[in-house]
Amino acid sequence: MASRTSVRSSNWNRRETIVAFLFLLPSLIGFTAFFAVPAVRGFFISLTDWNLLSDPEPVGLANYQRLVQDRDFRNSLVVTLRYVLWNIPLQTSIAVVIAVMMDRLTKSMFLRGLLLIPWLMPNVIVAMLWLWLMDPGLGLLNSVWVGMGFEKWGFFGNPNQAIQSIAVVNIWRHVGYTALLIFAGIQTIPHSLYEAASIDGATEWRSFWYVTIPLLRPVLAFVLVTSLIGSFQIFDTVAVTTEGGPISSTEVLNWLIFERAFVRLDMGYATTVANALFVILVGVSLIQLRLLRADESDY
Amino acid sequence: MSPINTNKINFGRIAMWVLMIIILFITLFPFWWVLRTALTTQGMIFENTTSLLPVGFTWDNFRRVLGLVSTSEGLAAGGSGQSINFFRFMMNSIVFSSIITVAQVSFSTMAAYAFARLRFPGREPLFLLYVSALMVPGIVTLIPNFVLIRGIGTFLDDTFGIGGSYGLLMGQMVAPYFFMTPFAVFFLRQFFLGLNREVEEAARIDGAGYWRVFWNVALPMSRPPIVTLGIITFIQSWNEYLWPLIVGRDESVRVLTVALNIFRSQQPSGVPDWSGLMAGTALAIIPVLIVYLIVGRQVIDSIQFTGFK
Repeated sequence: MASRTSVRSSNWNRRETIVAFLFLLPSLIGFTAFFAVPAVRGFFISLTDWNLLSDPEPVGLANYQRLVQDRDFRNSLVVTLRYVLWNIPLQTSIAVVIAVMMDRLTKSMFLRGLLLIPWLMPNVIVAMLWLWLMDPGLGLLNSVWVGMGFEKWGFFGNPNQAIQSIAVVNIWRHVGYTALLIFAGIQTIPHSLYEAASIDGATEWRSFWYVTIPLLRPVLAFVLVTSLIGSFQIFDTVAVTTEGGPISSTEVLNWLIFERAFVRLDMGYATTVANALFVILVGVSLIQLRLLRADESDY
Repeated sequence: MSPINTNKINFGRIAMWVLMIIILFITLFPFWWVLRTALTTQGMIFENTTSLLPVGFTWDNFRRVLGLVSTSEGLAAGGSGQSINFFRFMMNSIVFSSIITVAQVSFSTMAAYAFARLRFPGREPLFLLYVSALMVPGIVTLIPNFVLIRGIGTFLDDTFGIGGSYGLLMGQMVAPYFFMTPFAVFFLRQFFLGLNREVEEAARIDGAGYWRVFWNVALPMSRPPIVTLGIITFIQSWNEYLWPLIVGRDESVRVLTVALNIFRSQQPSGVPDWSGLMAGTALAIIPVLIVYLIVGRQVIDSIQFTGFK
């Protein structure tokens, strides 16, 4: 106690400041070089026309004007939104169901461990696996389906089914992980609340709606915000299964940026799209946190 | 409780178990399908597409993919003649992920400790700046980082003539993850703040220097969160695809994720070599499963922990 007050009363301790600086030095190098400066530089690159081979040419806000009129960008926005809307509601609701079932049935670590396996696999591997399962001609899914007398699915090859197929793949990979987070949240709800509800005559269903869900609000907000932000940035699965096709039906924002930057070497415009995505994501998370009143549960 | 009520509950539980088993099946069955296809003779991939067991059981696909058979033999077996230098790519993935994990966790721990325990001017604003970087999506810094890393590479090559060397290429791949991530610093600072500081102060009074207090007192008490962070960092690096793709296409440093997708894209588009592809996929899955068997419990604990602490 004595030492603490003596430190408080003095001004900055020079030795301590030097030590702190040394502790921070590696992280400062990394933060400056790979986070802070690039974020700012990204803005300046977006004000140029640059193909990497010659010097960047300043063009002012021309890239942003182009962005507003670009049909590919608009298509890409719609495709990404469609993907997010297929991905998030399904994934989250299935995860809630799994989490509640785990809570009611068994707290087995082994079961949780099995459900988490897909999430441990790299996206690329998961995508490869489903590319085969969903192969229109030889894949298992169509073989069973057609065997039952139905018409073939096109999956990744059909522009009307490709983005949904990608959503299915990523739901499969992430649903166990999401369920685990929600399950951990359910464990923090005091058991006495369920007992009180059941004494008052509440059915399991009602206690789920009126006890579990409201108390889970902060956890659900956390899960929704993080999975939504991740969902907007989908890339790997597209790179393996469709490469943006067929006819741009899966050209999500990150694919558009990648393609403009590293195939067409249009660095200025690619960074412009990336900055737009950044603004969208900030907006989305602010709105979402507000709607979900993330900081408070209902009790 | 009335018997009717018990019956109802039992019925509900049975329904839930049935649903749970269906979900488990959907989760796990695809892995069997990978293995089943990898063990199917390439030429018989068209036959009996719903057979639960391999059709014409063979190890050839694995041998083909690992480059253990000659190209002409591989072509005869129906492959594209491409092999995948699996052991090298696997080693690259291990080197890439290990360097990142060790360096990033060490440096982030030091930074987090400084933010939580040491007093210096500008501490709060600097921390806020670090945390605000959590909001920036990876794609925004991707292109500027690529330009920077490429520039550094050219400079080092001009000065020392080491262009294309393993060290330089691997260095370019790990650099952005090497020093810190905002998440790692944030996560560990939260932990240090919750740690009782009296032990550390006692050590200070006994005359231990800052470094000794950190190394001999604070670190031993922080093993669980540091191990947790290490596991998460390793998994994430192992799964990384986009960055290694743009800076590490060179075969000498190519990691498994990049290699597999290149292998896929080199397939003839009409008739991909599915059994070969699935043999490659299976080979990439197995090491993950083995590691998971060893540290599984810790992985599960860490996910529940990071979500809510």
